[in-house]
Amino acid sequence: MTLLSIEGLGISFGGIAAVKNVSFRVSPGEIVSVIGPNGAGKTTLFNMISGVYQPGSGKVVLNGEDVTAMSPHLLARRGMSRTFQNLQIFQTMSVLENTLAGYHLQESGPVLADLLNLPSSRRRARAAEEGARALLKRVGLERAAEREAGSLSYGSLKRLEIARAMALKPKVLLLDEPAAGCNAVETEEIDHLIAEIAASGVAILLVEHDMKMVMRISNHIVVLDHGEKIAEGDPATVSRDPAVIAAYLGAEHAAG
Amino acid sequence: MSELLQFLLSGVTVGAVYALVALGFTIIYNASDVVNFAQGEFVMLGGMITFFLHAAGAPLPLAAVIAILATAAIGVAMNKLTIEPARGAPVVSLVIITIGVSILIRGAAQLIFDKQIHTYPAFSGDDPIHILGATILPQSLWVILGAVAVFIGLWLFFTRTLLGRAVLATSNNRLAAQLVGINTTFVMTLSFALSAGIGALAGVLVTPITMVSYDVGLALALKGFAAAMLGGMGNPKGALVGGLVLGLLEGLTAGYLSSQYKDAAAFIVILAVLFFMPQGLFGRKSTDRV
Repeated sequence: MTLLSIEGLGISFGGIAAVKNVSFRVSPGEIVSVIGPNGAGKTTLFNMISGVYQPGSGKVVLNGEDVTAMSPHLLARRGMSRTFQNLQIFQTMSVLENTLAGYHLQESGPVLADLLNLPSSRRRARAAEEGARALLKRVGLERAAEREAGSLSYGSLKRLEIARAMALKPKVLLLDEPAAGCNAVETEEIDHLIAEIAASGVAILLVEHDMKMVMRISNHIVVLDHGEKIAEGDPATVSRDPAVIAAYLGAEHAAG
Repeated sequence: MSELLQFLLSGVTVGAVYALVALGFTIIYNASDVVNFAQGEFVMLGGMITFFLHAAGAPLPLAAVIAILATAAIGVAMNKLTIEPARGAPVVSLVIITIGVSILIRGAAQLIFDKQIHTYPAFSGDDPIHILGATILPQSLWVILGAVAVFIGLWLFFTRTLLGRAVLATSNNRLAAQLVGINTTFVMTLSFALSAGIGALAGVLVTPITMVSYDVGLALALKGFAAAMLGGMGNPKGALVGGLVLGLLEGLTAGYLSSQYKDAAAFIVILAVLFFMPQGLFGRKSTDRV
């Protein structure tokens, strides 16, 4: 069963094709990784899927609905959530508030009830806070809940972004280099976290440079080079593929 | 003693108006980082539209409500027609657009209304209230009450309601706000509607005291800007305190020096703030990391 379907997606910047005709599918509970050398177009592809860029060609289909070029807030309402390589955090809010922001859509009640601080409104707020604290515990940030987000380390911010994305209860989660800048222990923690999220039925699309991690957790790998898909398949198949080896190590290694 | 109290009372009245203008600045600045120099024109529109509707026979409360709603609609139109299409442009360009819009509104008001100075009756009569030897007009109390009510309303809106917190989230990080499902385009529209409505309310309340004409907006925008800078741009509490401090300074300058120097007070404040504490009294420090 396909949840997210990428169909012939492409985009050009100033006449140069950054991504060309890329297609693949992601099913619930599956971890699909997009890999490729630097500048292969991975983040550009992510930005098109998540509505940050308008694709020049192709379609993004989520749950049977064409969501191509839909703005990020509408995608969030349809169950797509993402993190960023260079982090998009509410810097001057606390860690807890950042996570609570992810409950924005579920928490909404009548404005008047909120203004008057009625019991129903307080109950909603309490439920959201409990949920947010549980999520922070899951990513190992429960002790930092009251700290200002801007003061956290890079690795912690990565996990905070995942917690906030999870607060949206997404059907599909796009993770852009979740392990970048993390040490080995942190990477392994994020590993487990991602596997756990996938096990709960969320479709995961991952861009990651850490090959060991990618090989370990992916069900399916899509390889990009110069904006084009050059291979796809399970980790074992992809790692033996001559075109992939050539892209990473240079053509002369592929022959031998 | 009663002389000092008199100066303070008139200072607070003027300060409440500046606080309302500064609150308008604050809301749009928070949602978009744009300093909207058309803010003073919203005040002018509030007064002018109320006057002309009242002159055409509408009861004063009805005229006031229509003026506030109409000005809010003009604020929304300003956002849709001038700010939204230029989204992605540097903030300086957007600020210059707002200056252009303020000139346009002033010119249009001159044509559509007229160049006369207008006023309408005070809401609760003109009999001064005596306090410890000083006097205050009932209309001044309306102005002060209006500023306090707007401040409390905004405070509740921003701290209690989801929509209010969505505005704060948008100001903190627009893309992150979109990612959690916040419609930031709507947040911008709402901010302009709120700012324009609050500006118009200030105009409605203060016109019986200061009178209104098509060109009062510019001075108000500059004073409100000074107040917002003094309090710390982007902070509602700062806007309120900044407005009151500026009003009191003006009141005291006018009382003890000369009323000719009262405008200078505002501009000395702007210069002093920019030179010595650019963050203002309650301003937040920038914590962006690169």
